[in-house]
Amino acid sequence: MKNSFFGVTKMDRTRLNIELYKKEYLIRKSEETIRKYYMDDEMKTPVHLSVGEEAIVSGVIQAMGKRDQVFGTYRNHGIYLAKTGETDKFFAELYGKKDGMGKGKAGSMHMFLPEENFMGSSAIVATVIPVAVGAAFANKYKKNKNLVFVFFGDGALEEGVFWESLNFACLKKLPIVFICEDNGLAIHAHIKDRQAFKSITDIVSKFGCNVFKSESTDAEVIYNLTVEAVKKQRRVNKPSFLHLKYYRYLEHVGVNQDFQYGYRSEEEFKKWFKVDPLKIQRRKLLKLGLIEKEIKELEKAIDEQVEKSVEFAKKSPFPGEEELLSDVYA
Amino acid sequence: MRRITFQEALNEALMQEMERDSSVFVYGLDVTDHKRIFGSTKGLVERFGSERCFITPLSEDAMTGMGLGAAVNGLRPVHIHQRVDFLVLAMNQLLNMVSNYRYLSGGKVKVPMVIRAVVGRGWGQSAQHSKSLHSIFAHIPGLKVVLPTTPRDAKGLLISSIRDDNPVIFIEHRWLYFTSGEVPREPKPTPLEQGNILNTGEDITVVATSWMNVEALKAAEVLEKHGVSVEVVDPRTIAPLNDDLIIRSVKKTGHCIVADNDWVHCGFSGEIAARVAEKCFNELKSPVKRIGFAHAPCPTTRPLENKFYPNAIDIIRAVEEKLKLEPIDLSNEEFYSWENRFRGPF
Repeated sequence: MKNSFFGVTKMDRTRLNIELYKKEYLIRKSEETIRKYYMDDEMKTPVHLSVGEEAIVSGVIQAMGKRDQVFGTYRNHGIYLAKTGETDKFFAELYGKKDGMGKGKAGSMHMFLPEENFMGSSAIVATVIPVAVGAAFANKYKKNKNLVFVFFGDGALEEGVFWESLNFACLKKLPIVFICEDNGLAIHAHIKDRQAFKSITDIVSKFGCNVFKSESTDAEVIYNLTVEAVKKQRRVNKPSFLHLKYYRYLEHVGVNQDFQYGYRSEEEFKKWFKVDPLKIQRRKLLKLGLIEKEIKELEKAIDEQVEKSVEFAKKSPFPGEEELLSDVYA
Repeated sequence: MRRITFQEALNEALMQEMERDSSVFVYGLDVTDHKRIFGSTKGLVERFGSERCFITPLSEDAMTGMGLGAAVNGLRPVHIHQRVDFLVLAMNQLLNMVSNYRYLSGGKVKVPMVIRAVVGRGWGQSAQHSKSLHSIFAHIPGLKVVLPTTPRDAKGLLISSIRDDNPVIFIEHRWLYFTSGEVPREPKPTPLEQGNILNTGEDITVVATSWMNVEALKAAEVLEKHGVSVEVVDPRTIAPLNDDLIIRSVKKTGHCIVADNDWVHCGFSGEIAARVAEKCFNELKSPVKRIGFAHAPCPTTRPLENKFYPNAIDIIRAVEEKLKLEPIDLSNEEFYSWENRFRGPF
């Protein structure tokens, strides 16, 4: 699946869907593993799990070119895993260890890996958006054709800096794809209690941005939408805005379900769980001709990778005291 | 050596650095209008084009984040603000993103960016066009904070700031733009994190920032006539602070006055007082004296504004108090009145 822009043959389609499923499964498995070990109180970092958004991050990231760059929020595990595929540094960071990608200084909320073009994530809503715009500005300045993809939630749409950034990106026709992952909630506040506008895509389109939207939990649909967006972006030289809906399965921060608190209903969850991204993708693989055993093997390989990484992370040492003051300045 | 103004020195530094390194670009409100940031961005857009020198929307927060993203991706942005006060709109990016980025990446990324901002004063700049805020920036790990005083340093420190791989807040006093001095033609960097002795003296040390160095030098000139020798130390970079020169000077003189171009409470002057107390307590012959803005927002009307700002006379009186001298008759002395030069409005 090196080049995702061109016609998809039957064979390619199977391979594409395997790739998408592997990404989704890696995310789900990693998050479930965090849930399993979190109560041991060794991962001392607030986690905002990606369970429920797997189709979006997997589909979008699958469509990214190798040199394209991505930025994300504190709900960044999905982006990290889909983009890098690696779990050693990931778990080591969660355990606060030296072998983490941020040497334990970043934790869950700030993880990124520049060598894999994951360029930053931030725990303050919308603050990473202008940074992604700046990266896109630099790519245009250097005439290197690389795109920047920036993920944020629906809450970011209420921050001034989102509009400032969108305005500048559209004014300068920067090579950037904005991805709004809309779960309808800012922590526990419903979108209807926060936003006066009904359609974000209507407004954004007025800036001269190409807009796309989907409520699908099928990673292949998201992938195709992103490919279409990128093609159009290259053709008309304007930024893209993807408005993608999903349902957050777990509490805002932490590893538990939280339906008992009454701000949302379990019924709603059940409705979305019927179209769970992994269920859809797994069923599709069977339809495409894979047999159960093949899928199980693929899952087993990921299970083993994740368990190994947890072991690795637990054994990794904490950073030395000298790390406290290193890298404050270059 | 030829003499040029502070404003010309800044302009020459930008011109030479943009010439040297194509990754340097200059942006901000008004950088290409007919006034050109008080002349300091003159000729840049004509020479380097609108891709490397451009105006922006009025979006200080996003434009600061934009600089960070560009820096992380290998460029060297220089973002310019006509007043430091406007930087308050970018505090989220500065304090939550720019200052942290390298640290949280485990040292994998560099953030080479410069933010130039001008401190206003006089002719009714009032409460929102007069702040310096350098103590606030200096409080944050990861930011460098530079305040040039002389034209030579304006050029040399700006060159060093642009070449530095860290975010640098570069604070320029509006009134310094009119001062002139010897400045080398060639692009000669002045090292960051090194102070400078502007006047050598034996009896008392005055540590001053930005415009207050001009006042301190005037005070030293007057006191010299009365046999008092004042050492004026300009730290130039206040974060990270290399206090070697300051400590050495106070150990020599035994007296220390800090004249900061800012409010006193919780300010840079308090930091110097603390360091002097920690490092040369035994040599001190008197407590450290702090001089700064009155603890009020800056008023518009001239009589109150005059009382708001400290000046050379305040420094002279503080020296007399420390050295137990009779008050000097200053009636024949001429002190700076920048109204002749700075007729406003901005």
